[in-house]
Amino acid sequence: MYIIIVGGGKVGYYLARALLDEGHEILVVEKDADRSEFICGELGSVCTRGDGCEVATLTEAGTGRAEMFIAVTGDDEDNLVACQVAKHKFNVPRTIARISNPNNETIFKKLGIDVTVSSTNIILENIEEEVPTHPLTHLLNIRDKGLEIVEIKIPPHSTTVGKAVKELPLPQGSVLSLIIRSQQKPIVPTADTILQAEDQIIAATTPESEEALRTALRGF
Amino acid sequence: MKVVIMGCGRVGARLAGLLDIEGHSVAILDTDDYSFRRLSPDFGGTALVGNGVDEESLKKAGIEEADVFVALTQGDNRNVMAAQIAKHIFNVPKVVCRIYDPLRRELYNSLGIEAFSPTTIFAQMLKEKLER
Repeated sequence: MYIIIVGGGKVGYYLARALLDEGHEILVVEKDADRSEFICGELGSVCTRGDGCEVATLTEAGTGRAEMFIAVTGDDEDNLVACQVAKHKFNVPRTIARISNPNNETIFKKLGIDVTVSSTNIILENIEEEVPTHPLTHLLNIRDKGLEIVEIKIPPHSTTVGKAVKELPLPQGSVLSLIIRSQQKPIVPTADTILQAEDQIIAATTPESEEALRTALRGF
Repeated sequence: MKVVIMGCGRVGARLAGLLDIEGHSVAILDTDDYSFRRLSPDFGGTALVGNGVDEESLKKAGIEEADVFVALTQGDNRNVMAAQIAKHIFNVPKVVCRIYDPLRRELYNSLGIEAFSPTTIFAQMLKEKLER
């Protein structure tokens, strides 16, 4: 597959290397002359110097035959414009933009970018998992459906310990999928399942009702 | 009418002044408050430090009630992104932006963003002057 990568920083460079290893045809577009030379020195002639938002540069790069276009510069606005040029001027079927400001995820979607990858969110989620007291951990986003899979831990002194699932004011659209207890097999909760301290609950919810779900499960 | 201008450079500050004198309600955004020195001392509008590609800053500047949004920073991409946010997220009725790169301007015009390229306009003007 012919893939164009805009931005030859650390992300662009390692991405190019990984995709080359998988046997794809890669071209990195990088503004900085030294950086561009470095990439060519390391990976072979797979980097061209230029502005990845410019129609002229992208024409030269053969963007018209690219099947995928990935913009990974450090600036959200540059990534947006590069992807929009690729999409609207060259009809690239799949455009992917890296974003730093998590709020831009919805904006980019609305503006026609196929996929966004928020490095800030990924780092945040990984750190959340490492903080043992964090009340809610995001495990997975099902983007097209507006759903997310989260994990909620029931603290020992929670007011919901000893209550049955049917007694909890669960928000609409949230489903408890699995309860993990220490030294036990995971169980699929029913309406009569009684919550215990230290239960880890895996649930599907929407970003809007996440807060309500957390309160319903943890009490207070 | 209510106008939000992003970028308080020479053009932004001047436009803000002109609209303010005519009695329009003007809010001008810039990431650097030093830029506001360009505004005239009797400027009656609001000057706000903030980034125009950030939804929150735009809301603070009153984008939700704005009739007009103008993007005039030095960065083409910043202008284009802010203009699209104003048009597609906040549904501002009139959105205008500056894009120096003529090819990029053409593309965004075709995508429904009203954009002007000073490069094209000024080159054309100079040419006409020289031919006279």
